[in-house]
Parts: sequence; structure tokens; C-alpha cells
Amino acid sequence: MKKQNVDSRPAGPKPWYDPRVRALFFQVVSLAVVFWVGWVLIDNTLSNMQSRGISTGFGFLGESAGFGIIMHLVPYDATMSYGRTFWVGLTNTLLVSAMGVITATILGFVIGVARLSSNWLVAKIALLYIEIIRNIPLLLQIFFWYFAVLSNLPSPRQSVEVGGALFLNNRGLYLPAPMTQDGFGLVWGAVLVAILAAVSIRIWTKKRQLATGQIFPTFKVSAAILILLPLVAFFMAGQPLEWDFPALKGFNFGGGITLIPELVALWIALSLYTASFIAEIVRSGILSVSRGQTEASKALGLPSGLTLRLVVIPQAMRVIIPPLTSQYLNLVKNSSLATAIGYPDLVAVFMGTTLNQTGQAVEVVAITMAVYLTISLLISLFMNLYNRAVAIKER
Amino acid sequence: MTETMIKPPKRNLGPVKWMRTHLFSSWYNSLLTLVVGYLLVTSVGPLLNWVILDATFQGNGPDDCVGAGACWLFVKQRLNFFIYGFYPDELQWRVDIMFALLAAAFVPQFIERFPGRKWLGIFGMTGLPVIGYVLIPGGVLGLEEVGSSKWGGLMLTLILAYIGILASLPIGVLLALGRRSDMPIIRGLCVVFIEVWRAVPLITVLFMASVMLPLFLPDGVSFEKLVRALIGITLWQSAYMAEVIRGGLQAIPRGQYEAADALGLGYWRKMGLVILPQALKLVIPGIVNTFISLFKDTTLVLIIGLFDILGAVQSTIADPAWQNVAIEGYVFVAFCFWVFCFGISRYSQNLERKLDTGHKT
Repeated sequence: MKKQNVDSRPAGPKPWYDPRVRALFFQVVSLAVVFWVGWVLIDNTLSNMQSRGISTGFGFLGESAGFGIIMHLVPYDATMSYGRTFWVGLTNTLLVSAMGVITATILGFVIGVARLSSNWLVAKIALLYIEIIRNIPLLLQIFFWYFAVLSNLPSPRQSVEVGGALFLNNRGLYLPAPMTQDGFGLVWGAVLVAILAAVSIRIWTKKRQLATGQIFPTFKVSAAILILLPLVAFFMAGQPLEWDFPALKGFNFGGGITLIPELVALWIALSLYTASFIAEIVRSGILSVSRGQTEASKALGLPSGLTLRLVVIPQAMRVIIPPLTSQYLNLVKNSSLATAIGYPDLVAVFMGTTLNQTGQAVEVVAITMAVYLTISLLISLFMNLYNRAVAIKER
Repeated sequence: MTETMIKPPKRNLGPVKWMRTHLFSSWYNSLLTLVVGYLLVTSVGPLLNWVILDATFQGNGPDDCVGAGACWLFVKQRLNFFIYGFYPDELQWRVDIMFALLAAAFVPQFIERFPGRKWLGIFGMTGLPVIGYVLIPGGVLGLEEVGSSKWGGLMLTLILAYIGILASLPIGVLLALGRRSDMPIIRGLCVVFIEVWRAVPLITVLFMASVMLPLFLPDGVSFEKLVRALIGITLWQSAYMAEVIRGGLQAIPRGQYEAADALGLGYWRKMGLVILPQALKLVIPGIVNTFISLFKDTTLVLIIGLFDILGAVQSTIADPAWQNVAIEGYVFVAFCFWVFCFGISRYSQNLERKLDTGHKT
């Protein structure tokens, strides 16, 4: 009996000392706890909603909303459904985010480069801007622009005017609207042809340069094609574009494009605030390219323009892009502060008015969170793809 | 062979030379300097006039604000409300004690070689919240009770930011450890938790805390609005904290983990004695930075109806007795936040330089 035992393998650790068994145990326990908590929450919610007489489900989305929204990009009026208010809010969020991303990027790059300027005065002013703006809460800045600046602007009759085309008053910002006439399709066609031509020129010159080493002024030629071709088409079609200028009619302006003050305040505040963070990102990106790289490319005989374009910027972008995307993400999330001044974004319209009217808290909050989750996952997906493309390829 | 004596180069000093290299090095730099300088000179004058020279500091009421400058009298008269909210005047000494203790615990952290500053910091993280929990709401030890609906102003801002960061730190550590764990289910749960909270704006979290939390709780259990906001802020902040701490965990070289394993330390001892002390030290600047952003974000609670410092100012500038004091109010709040945030960020930059032990390279 005892001899048989000697041949067998030494007994392993007792099951409760075996790391694999322990791992399994802990995971099962934590999963059980999560499910239990989830079940308790759902159970509580259902019984609470029953006692308050709130029905569950997404049926409310089809009901008529019955409230007006001061700004909508998709057609909307008070008789339309709650589902429609969701689209109105979402498009308004996306609009202010897109406007903010564009201006914040431009401003941020300008200030970031200014911060590194050899001109002492310019560099110090950029530093001052960054240190002041990014240490003040965004909500305060939005309030400042909305309640302290835009509300104190003159009335439409005394509005600030730039060249008879741009008007700013306490009702908003008025811009001329481009009105395309018949025959503008020709211009769009020309733009398409020009883009195709530019792309094929780039492919051809790259091939030629690899084969023969000859350099072709790709940038200048493509720029000329991109500008001239649509311009020629524009005049050939008989200038099929008219501008609808805003004009004072009675007590307010009519015609043109109107940006409501809520949008203007939110846009300015988001752009200025995010630009201060982007400026720091740009600065650290440019500084991250080591001096040796610039010196090496000079030693290879590259002129300074090419050094910048082929050596410094590609390497700086590798450092700049990931934090830049997270700033864009922050901007989209921060646009939800619109609620505080009444700009009808997704949170204000859907999570505010619609939620209050229907009482469908769970569904509305879930939809809103799902939207932000989707936007953020999409942006980080693109960021990861880009990162993979530009990451240092180690061979 | 002719030898010419070459003079040593002149030293690049003196104001004229400095200006030539830093302001007028080329024609466009000169132009830039002149344009920017002109704009600066024309804007600084009126600004200075508004802030100081034409401003009203003394007086008894709105009628004394007649000058063209800022009406700082408004801020002066409402200062009590901006700092304490509706906290009763005769009990404000309790809040003052907390302010003093807070300063005593954390101001020495800015001063190197302050005796016992480590212990003061530990007191600030452990003893201070306990004292505050007794002193500010009262209701025990013979202290008169002050409901949280009466708290407001700067005091509320500090409470929100301080509790938010303190409570999210341990949760963040656990989440970060979970995300780096070998167990797939635990890792998955932590990743989902972190990514969901990080993806949604704080406003939706606060809305959720104020609208949905009451639905989640069983009948008869309810929290005050302040507590609900704090729960939302803590959960949201702990996701950010987890990512900061994960950065620190990843920066610790593998050898440290393996050495701890080789010594036969279990998981919690390995983390508690070897990894976390190093990782947390590395991410102190990151934690300070999340604190700054949380501090700024606490202003959002005014949207769900709490009177933090911005909320207090926002509600008083609408007072018809004072005409157009919005800018003064906002400038005051901006100044308060700026002093805190700029000071703390300078501290964190200092710390970053000092703690740079070369782990990353």
C-alpha cells in the first residue's frame, strides 16, 4: 500500500493555496457581487417607479414634446416627438463641438508656437495667456462671456458692425449666408477634379522621385490647381453665388445666418479654454524633437523649410496627437456645460426638459450616456489607429 | 606668418544688446514687438484704471458705486456669503477652525525642510476629515446642528474638492490594481467601470446622482443633495484617479515585481510594501493635477442647485440693488480659483522635478 504512494507525484498545494483556484474563486465572488448589486438596484428602481406611477420602456420617444427649442439644425417644432428633441440636442452638441475644435486647434497651435517664439514679448504674453486661462474654471468663463460680455452688448439698433456684413448685438452674431444659385454644381465638380488631380500628382511625383531623384514642386502646383480650377469654373458658370446679408427689420435682424448669444458664448469660452491646453501640448511636442534631429537634417543639406516639414513636424505630431485627441474629447464633454446658460445641447434639451416632462429618468440618462460613450469610444478608436500608424517602427 | 591678435568676443549683456536679440532680431520680430507692445500699452492703462484707480473700495451700499471703475464694494459687502454661504454668523468659527487646520496641514507641504511636514500631511489626510465631520455639521458634542442646505460658498467648494479627492484615492488604487490584474473577469469589470465614467461628462453624472440615485435606493433610504453630489463626484473622479495610478504602476520596472515575488511576498504585501509606495510617489504630480481639475469642476454643482462659490456669486449678481456687478463678481471668483490652481500647479511642477528619479528612462 505504501509503496504505491511513493511512485505518485508529490501532492500539489492544498486547493485554497493554489493560485489558479484562488483566482477563479475571487472572480466568481466579484462577479456574483456585481450581479447582486445590479439586481438590487434594478429591483429597487422597478419598485420605486411602480410606486410613483412611471412606466418603463422607450415608448415615450414617440409622444409629442410640446415645447419649443430656440435653435435647431434639423426641422423641429413643438408638435414633434421627444425622439426628435434628441436629434435636435445631438446636432446642436455636435455643431458647437465642431466649431470649438476648429478654433481651439488654430488658436492653440498659434499660441503654442508663440510660446516658443524668439521674441521675448510674444513668448511672455503667450505664457500669461496659458497660465491665466487654464487655471480658471470653464463654467466661470462661459458665465463671463454670456452674462458679463454678450448681455451687455448694445441692442440690435446700435449693434457693432463690421463692413456692413457682420453684426454683433445682444441678440447674437449675424453673418451673411452664401446662397448657391443654379450652375453651382459646376464649381463642386471642379473642386472634385482638382482634388483628384492633386492626389494623382502626389502619387506620380513620389514615384518619379523614388526612380530618378528629381524633385517636383508638388505643393505649389497642387495649391494652384486647387484654387484656380474652381475659380475658373465659378466665373465660367456666371458667378452662381449670392450673399444673403443680414439687415435690420423692425426691432431685429432678418436674413443671413444667426448665431444665438448662447452659442457664441459657449463657442468663445470652449475655444479659449481648450486652446490654452492645446498650446501646452504643441509646445511640449515641438520641444520633444531633440536638437540632434534638426542638426542632422541640416548636415544632410536640407533647407530649413524641408527640415521643418520632413523631420521636425512628423516627429512632433507623434507626441502631439494623442493628448490632442483627449483634449478634443474633453471639449465635446465640456460642451455639455451649455445647460448652465441655456444653449439647447443634448444635455439641456434631452436630459433637462425632456426628462423633466416625461420623468423617464433611467431611459433618458442611459441614452445620453450611451451617446457620449459612443463619441468617446469612436475618438479613441481613431486615435489608436493613428497611433499604430505613426508609432516608431522598431526593426 | 602674420599673427593678428583676435579680441575675445564681447559679452552679450546690457539692455540694448538684450533688446536687439530678444525683441528686434529681424524685421518681422521688430514689427511684432511694436504691434504687440502698442496693444499692450493701450489695454493695460484702462484695465489698471478699472481695477484700481477708478474703483470703489469704501462705502455703505450700492449708491456709493458711482465711479467708472470696478465696484469692489459689492464683493466686500457680500464676502461673508461668498465664503460661508448661509452658515449662521455666530457659528462660523467652526468653519474658520477648519480653514486654519487645512492651511496648517497643507501649506507646510510647499516649504521644504519644514519640521514634521510629513506628519502634518498625514494628519490632513486622516484626522482632518474626522474633525471636519464633527465640527461642520455639528449635532454632536453639544454643537448646534447646521444642515448641509446652509453650507455654501468657498467652504462648500473646498469640501467637495477635498472629500472628492480623498474618497476617490483608495477606490482609484483598487481600480488601477484591478485593471492590471491577471484575472480576466476582474480586469474586464475594472476596464468597463473606468472607461464608462471617463467617457461621460461630469454634468450627466451629477444629473444622474440627483435624479436617478433616489430611484436606485430602497424605500425610506434617501441622501441629502450634497451627499448625492459627492457620491457622483467620487465615482467619476475615481476613474480618472485609477488611470493616473495605473501610469505609476506601469512605470515601475518589472524587476521590482519579480523581486517581490522571489522574496515570497503575497499579492497584497507585494503591492502594499513594494510596488504602491514607489508607484504612488511617482504619480504625486499626476494626483495633484487631477485635484486641480476636480477643484475647477466642482463649480458644476451649481447646475444641480448647490451654492458653491460660483453659485453664491451667480445668485447675488442678479440682485437688482446692485447695478451691473457681474464682471466684478466673476473676476473675484476667477481670482480665488486662479490663486489656488496656479499655486498648486507650481507646487506639482516643483515636485515633478524633485521626484524625477530617472525611472522613466
